[in-house]
Amino acid sequence: MHSPSDVAISVRSLGKSYKIQHQATSSNQTTRTSKRGFAWPWQDSNSSDKFLSETFWALQDISFDVPRGKVFGVIGRNGAGKSTLLKILSRITDPSTGQADIRGRVGSLLEVGTGFHPELSGRENIYLNGTLLGMRRREINAVFDEIVDFAEVSRFIDTPVKRYSSGMYVRLAFAVAAHLQPEVLIIDEVLAVGDISFQKKCLGKMKDVTGEGRTVLFVSHSLSTVNSICDECLLLEDGRTKLVGPTTEVTTAYFDMSQEESGSQLDLSAQPEGDEVAVLLSAKLVDQHGDSITYANLDEPFGIEIAYEIMDCRQPIIPNLHFFSGGTCAFVTTPAEPSDCRVGLHRAIAWLPAGLINAGNYTVNIAASSMNPVCVHFHLQDRFSFNVIEDVHNSSRQGYVQAIPGVIRPRLAWDIEAIRA
Amino acid sequence: MFAYRDLLYYLSMRDVKIRYKQTSLGVVWVVLQPLVPAIIFAVLFGNFGRLPSNGQPYILMVFTGLVAWGFLNNSVARGSGSLVASSNLLSKIYFPRIIIPLASMSSVVIDGLIGLAAMAVLALLFGIKPGLHLLAAPFFLTASLLMGLGLTLFSASINVYRRDIGYAIPFILQAWNYMTPIVYSSELIPKKWMLLYSLNQTVGLIEGFRWSILGGRPASPLMLTTMLIGIAVSLVAGFTVFQKIERGFADII
Repeated sequence: MHSPSDVAISVRSLGKSYKIQHQATSSNQTTRTSKRGFAWPWQDSNSSDKFLSETFWALQDISFDVPRGKVFGVIGRNGAGKSTLLKILSRITDPSTGQADIRGRVGSLLEVGTGFHPELSGRENIYLNGTLLGMRRREINAVFDEIVDFAEVSRFIDTPVKRYSSGMYVRLAFAVAAHLQPEVLIIDEVLAVGDISFQKKCLGKMKDVTGEGRTVLFVSHSLSTVNSICDECLLLEDGRTKLVGPTTEVTTAYFDMSQEESGSQLDLSAQPEGDEVAVLLSAKLVDQHGDSITYANLDEPFGIEIAYEIMDCRQPIIPNLHFFSGGTCAFVTTPAEPSDCRVGLHRAIAWLPAGLINAGNYTVNIAASSMNPVCVHFHLQDRFSFNVIEDVHNSSRQGYVQAIPGVIRPRLAWDIEAIRA
Repeated sequence: MFAYRDLLYYLSMRDVKIRYKQTSLGVVWVVLQPLVPAIIFAVLFGNFGRLPSNGQPYILMVFTGLVAWGFLNNSVARGSGSLVASSNLLSKIYFPRIIIPLASMSSVVIDGLIGLAAMAVLALLFGIKPGLHLLAAPFFLTASLLMGLGLTLFSASINVYRRDIGYAIPFILQAWNYMTPIVYSSELIPKKWMLLYSLNQTVGLIEGFRWSILGGRPASPLMLTTMLIGIAVSLVAGFTVFQKIERGFADII
């Protein structure tokens, strides 16, 4: 335990409940979608006996302390309660039980560029966004030039931000946030913006922040980022504390947990993943003949077969697969041709040529989206994974039996000729 | 709250700047908004209908009514949807929630002051000599604004939970407008209905402001009393409801 004066954030038996309603008649079916498009006044909220009200605990019995000057990470799957926790700590919503005490001024960044208005100039947005985040006008005056330099937009500072490129927009938004000077900074996944060099700059800025004795609470899906900047971590599962402790311990536990509950054969038909437009029903690893397999062989092509149902086809639905190796995205694949889009059941197979990816363990996030506007209909994360194995006696190894590093193992054409005898 | 006064300033500035961006006439619209209806009603009711206007130019009578009514009407019309329109801010950032409806009213105040200046020019053109009762004018404008503040807080909060308010408000404001001597003079009201009519909280507000500018018959004590009660009730109701459900905005919106 830490002495009270060293504690920046203290959370005790925190809980948050929401009332959710669903139709009593279909409690065994999926309750995500309501077929009613129109709100009849007499069927409203609790007034109708056709709807059951149920208490859902988004967070339950969460307790932890964050010492001053530390970077504290919060990890967990989607729906584990991370965002709810951040909203309570940011005072956006009240907890249902327990309490959260934060010592010092809080700056919270749940989204980059909240409150930015496209019609206002960069200068005006800096002041508007800065004051929204809790800065005073004179504080912004003091760091104004730094913000503009950091965002690299000095030439366009009096141009309406609707004329900015998306990169400039995001850089400016992050620059304002990065120059907040709170004693406790609460950040949600905002580093998932901008290009790599800008992300590095932001991470560097965060390290500076803690160097000045400030405390950071950081929520992320990126295990590598959490590993590189967090001192301690909290792992949430279904709204409860799974583990609190040193980062490496917690991220390892999280990694193992996602391994256990994933596999190369997923049947989601009991609880399809998705929205009212499209849902994912199953995913499996198949060999070149389309038969289910439990692992892939490096020397043979294989496929990932997904089955999904389209309920609404106003926009073409584009399935996409995100391949992860060791927490890093190796690549993303989508069909090259616009796919056939009709209401009903669909099957898609993405074929991977032999030797494209190296032997090892891969996690595939399975998603489907549509364009105009960009909308993600389902996104199954950390659930589908498979191993690629190889026969160490295969001819291309020529007797070498150690592991060969790298994410890809393409078979390249080599030209070798003797130029001097 | 005090620490967030800069935010109130920048949010207000945003609302004012955005309002007339990409218009050619810009601030001229602020003047035209009361002026055009004033001309229409002056021609329809004053010239063709020959309705009484207390011995004043009809257009000036309507204009004074619209200026005083505008503070209340525009506050509620713009402010009642303000919290819902800012749902992205409410669900992502903590700040005193009352700043949102307050900021929406700032553009109403600025528009109102510009309308007031236009009214002053019009009054001088018609040769109105300001009397000592002009000193009462700020009192009635403040009354309109305070009543507007209470009703804005009330309607904006309820609107978060039940969007019905957003649909009902235009009708309510219009009906209220007809029951208030804005485009007509209260001389039109038969004596036997006058008592009932005076119970409308905005009658004293309009009649009082008109008297302070144009002179003539002052608002009756009953009208002024109901006006003050109206202000008190709307402020108490507005702040009470707002505070009561403020904490839940982010969960509901």
